Amino acid sequence: MSKVGTDRVKRGMAEMQKGGVIMDVVNAEQAKIAEEAGAVAVMALERVPSDIRAAGGVARMADPTIVEEVMNAVSIPVMAKARIGHIVEARVLEAMGVDYIDESEVLTPADEVFHLNKRDYTVPFVCGCRNLGEAARRIGEGTAMLRTKGEPGTGNIVEAVRHMREVNAQVRTLVNMSVDEVMTYAKELGAPYEVLLDIRENGRLPVVNFAAGGIATPADAALMMQLGADGVFVGSGIFKSDNPAKFARAIVEATTHYEDYELIAKVSKGIGTAMKGLEISTIAPEQRMQDRGW
Amino acid sequence: MVRVGVLGLQGAVREHIRSIEASGAEGVIIKHKEQLDDIDGLILPGGESTTMRRLIDKYDFLEPLKQFGNSGKPIFGTCAGLILLASEIVGQEQAHLGLIDMKVERNAFGRQKDSFEVEIPIKGVADDFEAVFIRAPYIVEVGPNVEVIATYKDKIVAAQQGHYLCSAFHPELTDDHRLTGYFIKMIEEANQHVVMNEG
Repeated sequence: MSKVGTDRVKRGMAEMQKGGVIMDVVNAEQAKIAEEAGAVAVMALERVPSDIRAAGGVARMADPTIVEEVMNAVSIPVMAKARIGHIVEARVLEAMGVDYIDESEVLTPADEVFHLNKRDYTVPFVCGCRNLGEAARRIGEGTAMLRTKGEPGTGNIVEAVRHMREVNAQVRTLVNMSVDEVMTYAKELGAPYEVLLDIRENGRLPVVNFAAGGIATPADAALMMQLGADGVFVGSGIFKSDNPAKFARAIVEATTHYEDYELIAKVSKGIGTAMKGLEISTIAPEQRMQDRGW
Repeated sequence: MVRVGVLGLQGAVREHIRSIEASGAEGVIIKHKEQLDDIDGLILPGGESTTMRRLIDKYDFLEPLKQFGNSGKPIFGTCAGLILLASEIVGQEQAHLGLIDMKVERNAFGRQKDSFEVEIPIKGVADDFEAVFIRAPYIVEVGPNVEVIATYKDKIVAAQQGHYLCSAFHPELTDDHRLTGYFIKMIEEANQHVVMNEG
């Protein structure tokens, strides 16, 4: 008997994306540029995070027309974003055959208390996290992939760095703990005990953890890989740069060879200006996307 | 101990290394073509075949990989790796390495929502192998020198042509190391061959 939607099948899909770059695209043309540049997947949305930030208002799931257009344009996997806790947006994307759903804080949350019960779905999910508590709660809900939240649409890497370091430091703390200390740590983090036991036992998160939220240059991507990311999401960084095709290729190469500094120097030459960045302290607290979800 | 490389440009590299080590061989991540000289066999892992091909071209891996195979050293491709090995790909004008005489179709079992796991027999390896299929391809047809070693619902999902092995599923995602073990035995046999020829 064959089984669909198992943990192995859902998490395995994310394993295949490792070492790769997942790019935000808003139409078929951008999707093709991303595929051509060597993206391992694309995230179909209506607007990239920096435009969502600029536009204000309520950000929702993309128009299904755009998602479908992107799905028809490329053979690599297509992801799409649903609002946190929006059961129907997630079901609609699943019904359309999207390969992965991002329950994303980039969109305006539909539910300020509950995230989706991601175990209920055949389609796998990716969720953002800032620390091990958030990571373990999302794993408990059934996410098959994690990413740092960072601060989306800013082109500022500082928050993604903070979140990646925090998660990894807490995993190290947990792994070195005696087992009788884990319950109290679970209480402190607000994390499911069994998930923590599993991480402690295996020495690592049970799902891949990508970097996202503020990656704007090839060097940013390589930095996140060095900090232990399994791969990177680039949102506004590519199609808000001067030369998206060149920029996308450079980010892919820097991600593959994140320890080869001569190569990163070479691919970073003549790729034009990166997106304009935002200093985090200039963002009003209620505009900070990373505080969405819990 | 044999040294088995895993092409480390993108994809499930770590899992293959783990499986190689669990099978009693040494695993090496291959990121540069020069490293091919130091290994006895090579695994092309699962991942995104289009991405891998871009990176193979970028780093001039294509000819060295073909030479590696032509020199008689075993290669095992899983999922995207199977696509890289095929001589013909449905809907594409050009194949990649073209080392196995077979026609393959990408994402032939469907999108991610259709991905599945199932127990299947693999000839000469196991009667009950846990096979994990993720946006998997299958083999549409094989040439006369290719032996079909596994099928699922009448589709060919694993095959061997001399010292080349391929599977549409992901043995590295399970704790079942029998197929990796089978490949390592192929490498050991190929090594003996070389020693005998040289002797």
